[in-house]
Amino acid sequence: MSTDRGRIRITGFDADRVERREPLSDWTETRDTETEGRWERAWREFRRNRSAMLGLYIVAAMSLLALLARPITVAGVTVQPFSLAPYDPSAILYAQGLDVSAYEAPSLAHPFGTDGSARDVFSRVLYGGRFSLSIGFIVVLVTAAIGLVYGAIAGYYGGWVDEMMMRLLDLIFAFPGLLLALIIVAVLGKGYWELVLAFTAIGWAGYARLIRGEILKVKENEYVMAAKALGARDRRVIFRHVVPNAVAPLVVQASLSIGTVVIGVAALGFLGLGLPPSSAEWGTMLDQTRETIVQGPGGSIPWWVTVFPGGAIFLFVMSMNLIGDGINDALDAQEGEDVARGGEV
Amino acid sequence: MSLRRFIAVRVAATVPILFGVSVLTFALVHLTPGDPIDQMVALNPQISAAEEAAIRARYGLDGPVWQQYLTWITNVLQGDLGTVISVDQPVLPYILARLPETVALGLFGWAIALLIAIPAGIYAAVNKDTLGDDLSRVFALSGISLPNFWLGLMLILVFALWLDLWPVLAPDKPLLSPEMLWYLVLPGVTIGTASSATLMRVMRSSMAEEMNKQYVTAARAKGLPERTVVLKHVLRNSLISVTTIAAFLTASIFAGAVVVEQVFAWPGLGRAFVGAIVGREVDLIMAITLFTGVTIILANLLADIMYAVLDPRIRYD
Repeated sequence: MSTDRGRIRITGFDADRVERREPLSDWTETRDTETEGRWERAWREFRRNRSAMLGLYIVAAMSLLALLARPITVAGVTVQPFSLAPYDPSAILYAQGLDVSAYEAPSLAHPFGTDGSARDVFSRVLYGGRFSLSIGFIVVLVTAAIGLVYGAIAGYYGGWVDEMMMRLLDLIFAFPGLLLALIIVAVLGKGYWELVLAFTAIGWAGYARLIRGEILKVKENEYVMAAKALGARDRRVIFRHVVPNAVAPLVVQASLSIGTVVIGVAALGFLGLGLPPSSAEWGTMLDQTRETIVQGPGGSIPWWVTVFPGGAIFLFVMSMNLIGDGINDALDAQEGEDVARGGEV
Repeated sequence: MSLRRFIAVRVAATVPILFGVSVLTFALVHLTPGDPIDQMVALNPQISAAEEAAIRARYGLDGPVWQQYLTWITNVLQGDLGTVISVDQPVLPYILARLPETVALGLFGWAIALLIAIPAGIYAAVNKDTLGDDLSRVFALSGISLPNFWLGLMLILVFALWLDLWPVLAPDKPLLSPEMLWYLVLPGVTIGTASSATLMRVMRSSMAEEMNKQYVTAARAKGLPERTVVLKHVLRNSLISVTTIAAFLTASIFAGAVVVEQVFAWPGLGRAFVGAIVGREVDLIMAITLFTGVTIILANLLADIMYAVLDPRIRYD
């Protein structure tokens, strides 16, 4: 690293690094004794990241809209009374005596137009978030948990246990995930929990491999040896000492893969192998529009039935990826700061 | 370990994985409730139980599962992949007839991905933290976030229906005619966009990493023009990781083909696969799955070997 100052070339001085210390400049004597958890610090870093916060707001808004789209009743009790969607997402409107026809262009009454069965696309897009978003979050939670345990065991014990466990992963990686998900859905049939299971079955392998790699690094640390020397059991060493220090990349990976799952679910819906054909799931909605676009109904093209559901998927996945990048930077930046402070991590 | 030994070990290691892939393929498909015979029987209720058993025996669908596996794998190794029952045609020619379509689509997508990713990645790395770099970041992020089926539909909507630059449906011409190659641009862009976004980020970060190395300072110090430094010294070294990633992208390109072929009604393997799933064509599902698995394993093997050959510093362990 070098910097030019007049005719003298200064080496060993990195101007960039000093700038990185800027956020620490409110340092005082008393702060010396303060401690801050790594997650607090990461959150502070994350909040400063404008694009990541934008992503967070969009995801929060979309989740809220999906939740409030129609009332939710659990066992006869209404737990969520709001109904933001102007129409029932599955109602065929002219059958209800309303003056609505199929493929009506967007208007004030129907902001996103109506689809081929004269259903209100705006209501369907709002409501459809429920499927994609909930499947995305459930799958990522479950797969991350499975991958964490699997990878931790493989990485910690090593040897032939590791060897066998990793060969199984190689098998899963030999197929494109979507292909396996398709076969699994074909085996189990269409449906919500079938989709969750299919994406869980293909999703955990990535986390397992990631965590295993991290564990291999972390377990060489002296505090692990210390814990063992004090007589801690394997389970305690793994889940109390090793895993918490290896989990940061898992969080990044999880936030980035929610988008992947949502796109996968929609892709299956688009292929007609996701949820039943009339459901308001975003991908399934697109499946019904392909024919009309490609074959082109006489005269006008009902672009709105394609643009809006797909746009919803894109917006959500994009925001999720912004969040993921933000988390990645926040956790990375923290490591950078540690180095700048003298490197005793 | 010498390079030759490394390659030999790596090739030997793929054999058990190939075996595992065949077992997994078979196991997955045979968990499927119902087979084409069930559908036939449902459509023709007058078939007696004895006739049904005879049909099952003819297609090897009787006997315990492990026996069916052994029969199947023996046949596969002899080049007999079974029958597409609905059209009563052997699987192998059925697949081979559709393979060129998918390969053409995949190569097109790959070429488009590389054409966008490499120059954009170089530009972003050289002009780090400028407006161009930010734009490339936005492009990469959108590319990864775009569902490919929606991108395909939007391209049809804009370029085929509104601007009328492309035909809406694939022209019924041989694959290598100019009309077909022109038509391939839209599905090619659709399939290549996500890959190009990934590749571009890899290109950028590996370029940026190389730019900080001492040989770059040395090259600049001896007075080479920046252009030569970047395009001759840095580019070569950073292409190593890009080549390997490109080989790994085979899997995502095939997964893309399944969806994109559906969007553009392209008569390739991906569309055949979806058809096979809907029609429960057991032999065809297994054949395409096995074929994909083997292709991906070989592509990964190639990537590993290429990496070892291109980068002599790599440790083989």
